[in-house]
Amino acid sequence: MNIGGGAKVSNMRALVVDDNMVNQTIHHRLLQNLGIENQVVKNGKEAVDVHSSGKYFDLILMDMDMPIMNGIEATRTLRAMGIRSTIAGVSTRSLDQEKQEFMEAGLDDYQEKPLTKAKLVSILHKINHSG
Amino acid sequence: MDAVTQLQRQLVDYTNSLFLEGFLDDQFNQLQQLQDESNPDFVVEVVSLFFQDSERLLNELAKVLEQQNIDFKKVDAHVHQLKGSSSSIGAQRVQRVCITFRNCCEEKNIEGCLKYLQQLRHEYSLVKNKLETLFKLEQQLLAAGGTIPLY
Repeated sequence: MNIGGGAKVSNMRALVVDDNMVNQTIHHRLLQNLGIENQVVKNGKEAVDVHSSGKYFDLILMDMDMPIMNGIEATRTLRAMGIRSTIAGVSTRSLDQEKQEFMEAGLDDYQEKPLTKAKLVSILHKINHSG
Repeated sequence: MDAVTQLQRQLVDYTNSLFLEGFLDDQFNQLQQLQDESNPDFVVEVVSLFFQDSERLLNELAKVLEQQNIDFKKVDAHVHQLKGSSSSIGAQRVQRVCITFRNCCEEKNIEGCLKYLQQLRHEYSLVKNKLETLFKLEQQLLAAGGTIPLY
């Protein structure tokens, strides 16, 4: 499937990191609807663990507020592990300061929730251009 | 007008009214667009998760606010969760109450929090009712042999 700009999403794999079941379900389906195979985990620690087990993802959708390990810590940890995947922060936090801290942890993109198809497509275009 | 057309008209009118009255916003449209032949019950599934999640959070909120020493951080965390899920399904009025509720948490205003919890319960039960009615209308339409219009 082609989303324009030459992006081929049919071989892409994504990871959804969110503690909220409603969001997990929606994000999973949004990705699936664009033909992107994806896995869902419920906090930052699980996101790190799944990478430690050797899995790789082209795209990680990272929520900010999560128990055990939040999005900022998880992003920092993944980058420190050498993970170069596109990480898009997805959060409801709207203060510039909070967004900044999240970006500085190592994000490639940031989108405000709720996630829509259009926002997801703009994230995907970012992967395309940085590749 | 045959039964199917009538039911279809009823469904469209009802859905439009929910948007006009601010119960639902565009995010709900996003959900409808994710529903198709391979995922025919997507909207009902997500909304059911929202109901479960909300009821749990409202109960937790009541518990925390009953304590002698209220943990406002906990109250805020629960309201934040509810704000997140209500915004994800497009339950605009619930989301709006959550936003003002959080100001009371910041100010550690007990009375304010209790008032907003009441309001939250009220808005939640309103939108729950509306959505359940919407789903019933869809079921009636399908049972009569019609198809749900593409939004």
